[in-house]
Amino acid sequence: MNDAVIKGAGYVLAHVPNLTYELGSTQVMERKKNPDSEYLKKLKRHLRNYEEALAYAPFQAYIGNITPDELSEIPRPWYEGEKIQPVREGRYGEIVPEDEFYAWMLLVDTFDLVWLEDAYLAELRPRLEKHPLIAPPDLKKLGNGKSRAEIEERVEAGGAQPLYLGDRLVGCVRRAHELDENLSAHVIAENMATKASAVLALRHLLAKSGTDPQTVDYIIEASEEAAGDMNQRGGGNLAKAIGEWAGCLAATGSDTRAFCAGPVHALVHAAALVKAGFYKNVVVVAGGAVAKLGMNGKDHVAKGMPLLEDVLGAFAILVAENDGQNPVLCSDSLGQHNIGSGSSPQAVMQALVAHPLERLGLKLSDVDKYSVEMQIPEMTEPAGAGDVPTANYKMIAALAVMRKEIERSQIPEFVVKHGMPGFAPTQGHIPSGVPFIGHARDLILTGKLQRTMIIGKGSLFLARMTNLFDGVSFLIEKNPGRSDVSGVGKDALKKLVADALRQVAANLAPAGE
Amino acid sequence: MDLKGKKVIALGDRDGVPGPAIEECLKSAGAELVFVTTECFV
Repeated sequence: MNDAVIKGAGYVLAHVPNLTYELGSTQVMERKKNPDSEYLKKLKRHLRNYEEALAYAPFQAYIGNITPDELSEIPRPWYEGEKIQPVREGRYGEIVPEDEFYAWMLLVDTFDLVWLEDAYLAELRPRLEKHPLIAPPDLKKLGNGKSRAEIEERVEAGGAQPLYLGDRLVGCVRRAHELDENLSAHVIAENMATKASAVLALRHLLAKSGTDPQTVDYIIEASEEAAGDMNQRGGGNLAKAIGEWAGCLAATGSDTRAFCAGPVHALVHAAALVKAGFYKNVVVVAGGAVAKLGMNGKDHVAKGMPLLEDVLGAFAILVAENDGQNPVLCSDSLGQHNIGSGSSPQAVMQALVAHPLERLGLKLSDVDKYSVEMQIPEMTEPAGAGDVPTANYKMIAALAVMRKEIERSQIPEFVVKHGMPGFAPTQGHIPSGVPFIGHARDLILTGKLQRTMIIGKGSLFLARMTNLFDGVSFLIEKNPGRSDVSGVGKDALKKLVADALRQVAANLAPAGE
Repeated sequence: MDLKGKKVIALGDRDGVPGPAIEECLKSAGAELVFVTTECFV
């Protein structure tokens, strides 16, 4: 059927403890309600440094240095002690430190809204020069920075979001309009961080997959942020804004929004565009969610843990025309939560998991691994939300019991065999199905996995426009080889038959004379 | 617990039991739902 293939994946984390403290919505709300909050006073002592974040095993799984199955072998709590080698670069991307991330925000700013201090930029420059994804034109664009006095003046006057490294003010993000709250310093800082992390993920995808940026035809951006102004709050097209900074000059693009389910919807759109022949190479990309930094922080601090939600997550996935090799995104495997599906957990899983497999004549156990909501359990358990991936796997296993595929006693075994530990930060759309796609591609290409189901879910009710839930799913499978190969075979066969007939005719000719 | 005639506030969890599902159960037990919501912590 020549379904589209997954040709590459990039995954990036930006460790941003200061942005967490300044801009995470839990902290912002607390500051508004209670400026003398005990939580805010304690919080700074619970922030991790960069080395501690690098040594956090789930993050190493996210950037591809260990597989989720290898992560499951590492005893929890993962945040205690150094249980894995702290490495910055990964098979799919990197974990970028906050000081450098501010430079990425400056790099992708096209309206002179991000200011960094001149002395600070000078300190940073030698490291930036060594970064494999920062080119000389990038260094030129970064410029020489602003004076400390200019930055202090902007921050003190209000209307600029300060950028700190500890107690040191190193820059600011200026508002883009005097009155429009959609262009306030806070919103611009959020969107610039989303854009910067997405650009980084896209550059990694292109570099690691050996893709010429000019061959990307279309970009679908699938973050959760709204970029616009007072007359079109979610005007969008962050896709082109991101592609502009990754050299994708021959691409156009648009955004897809569906809360946390956005990326999986976007992948379906990408695969459809490719299969229909509109485009050959479509990138689905998303940056991180600043607002969600430290979302469950109060419970982490109350339980004496480090604040674990200190990274922005980003990813980029290349969906391309069938090359006969890379794993296929199976167009006949779509699962979807319809408007009339109902919101009970059972109804959701029926719609997303059972129905598509039933349609294909497959059992639930025919899917080697399910990629569900892959939140790191240590981030959600302290706040009472439990181990979200495991809860999802138990629900799928329960469906298998109801369908008499397994015995009730086999549920734990099913969960281990077909599940995996959560290894993505609680960044909403980032953990929703997509974190496993890079691993799945590698495991399928090396013959260790045959089939995986990617499931994205979204909480539409948070916008107070509907009480509906949302979800979408699809299978990724080993490539059976291009179906147009059989077309070539037919031609070859015709030629063979024609040659044989000519030979027969030649042999018959003398007898007729 | 007899819920008949009781006023109830239901707080559901996105990855647990959502608000509307709690609402259906409690309604069938005779409770009056005065506020139903579902929250998301992920």
